[in-house]
Parts: sequence; structure tokens; C-alpha cells
Amino acid sequence: MAFQILLNFILGFIWMFLSNDYSSLAFAKGYFFGILILFVLRRFFQHRFYFYNVIAIIRLLYIFLVELVKSNLSVLKVILSPKLNLRPGIFALETELEKEWEITILSNLITLTPGTLVLEVSEDNKTLYIHAMDIDDVEQAKLDIKNTFEKAIKEVSR
Amino acid sequence: MSVIVDFLIGFFILVGALLCLIAMFGVIRLPDVYTRNHAASKAATLGVMSILLGTFLYFYFYEGHFNSRVILGIVFLFMTAPVSGHLINRAAYNSGVKIWDKSVRDDLKEYNQKKRNKSSID
Repeated sequence: MAFQILLNFILGFIWMFLSNDYSSLAFAKGYFFGILILFVLRRFFQHRFYFYNVIAIIRLLYIFLVELVKSNLSVLKVILSPKLNLRPGIFALETELEKEWEITILSNLITLTPGTLVLEVSEDNKTLYIHAMDIDDVEQAKLDIKNTFEKAIKEVSR
Repeated sequence: MSVIVDFLIGFFILVGALLCLIAMFGVIRLPDVYTRNHAASKAATLGVMSILLGTFLYFYFYEGHFNSRVILGIVFLFMTAPVSGHLINRAAYNSGVKIWDKSVRDDLKEYNQKKRNKSSID
């Protein structure tokens, strides 16, 4: 992926030299045409066309922000309700992610989701121990959410 | 246009201040370290982020001054707040702070015990 970005930059510079115009607008034009060229030539690279990764990263950021707002609303509901009816607990979650940065991002996402906080990552990087604010019915839903997160992160690292 | 911007600035700053206040209530009201950490690490993060966003919008639209440091501050806060919440929780758990009303306190205890047994065998 980094190789393709570098190639795209070089194409932008070549465009600047070809058109003898050294402004940032010319570079942007060249970069855009470079994207098109790389898209046409995508089957010659080992990895997939890098713009898919860019889109996946943007989608991950969007998920982050939405989850942050949702978790705040749920925390507000718990705090401002007149009676504290919460049943906290710790549960284990198996994860399929392998690289360390993926696990870091996953645990950051889990920490920002409604009602969950990561307590510990096991030594073999396979299990996350999560403190949940309400353990009752949430656990299944939590697992579903985590599957979508895991899928989004996998989509980025593919 | 300026009415919309005024409204947005006021909205962000007020919501941020309210979220910080509610996070404070949560820290006072909730029963144990872990649930307090829920309140502090989520509500305070979003609160400070939206206050910074309101500040950025104010200086951008009123002074025409694009302050990239505020944006960087938002990004840094966003990256570091969950990590600090995690670390405080982990330190509390490993130094033996009890959970309030245990309902399912499953695998972490077992996991720690297993680890301890293994290290005593080694």
C-alpha cells in the first residue's frame, strides 16, 4: 500500500514536470490522474488498489465517531436515571485479529463503545477481558457489534 | 450563515460543558472504580472534544484564524483518552480493587489464577 502511494506521488511530480507548472494545483491534477492510472493497472500489484484501504479507514473513523456519541448517550442515561440499576461484570471476548496495532485499535473502539471498557489483553493476544456496565442482555448485542468492528478493521488491514 | 455558525458554536460549547458536568456527577455517583472510569473516560472525552471544536469554529469564523493546534489537540485527546482509561482500570484490577456488585466475574480471575499457577510451576 505504501508503495502504491509513493508511486502515485511520483506520478504527480512527473505530471508537474511534463506540464512545466510547479503549483500545488498541478500536483493535485497529476495525483488525480495517477489514481486513475493505478486503478487501471491494479492487477499488476501484489496488494489491492490502495484507494479501497483509504475508504475503509474513513469508514472506521466514522464508526469511531458514531460509537463515541452513542456511548456518551448511554452513559448519560445511566448516570442521570434516579435509580442505579446497573449490573457490572467482566466477560471474555475471543478475537481473531493478530497484529498488535489491530488489537490496539479494536480495544480502543471497544473502550469507546456504549458500556464497555477493556481491562486486560491476554498474553497470547487472543482474548480481551472487558468490563461491561450492564451484563444482562447486552452481551450478545456486544458480540454482534464487535463482529462489525472486527470486520471493519480487517477490511483496513487486508 | 452567521446565525447557523453562532448556533453551532454555542451548541458545541454548551454540550461540551454539560457532558463534563455529567461526567463529574457520574464520578461522584457511581459505585466503584470501574464504573466511574466508564463515566470519566467517555463523557469527559467527548465533552472536551466538543468544547475544543467550538473554540476552533469561533476563532475560524470570527477572527479568520485557522488554528491547527486545536485540531491536533482534538486528535490527541481522541487517541489517548481510551488508553488512559484502560491503563487506570488495569492497574486498579491488578492491585486488587474489588468490583462492586459482581454478576458475572468470569474469566479474568481464572486467567490470572492460571497465570499465577504457571509461574509458580516454572
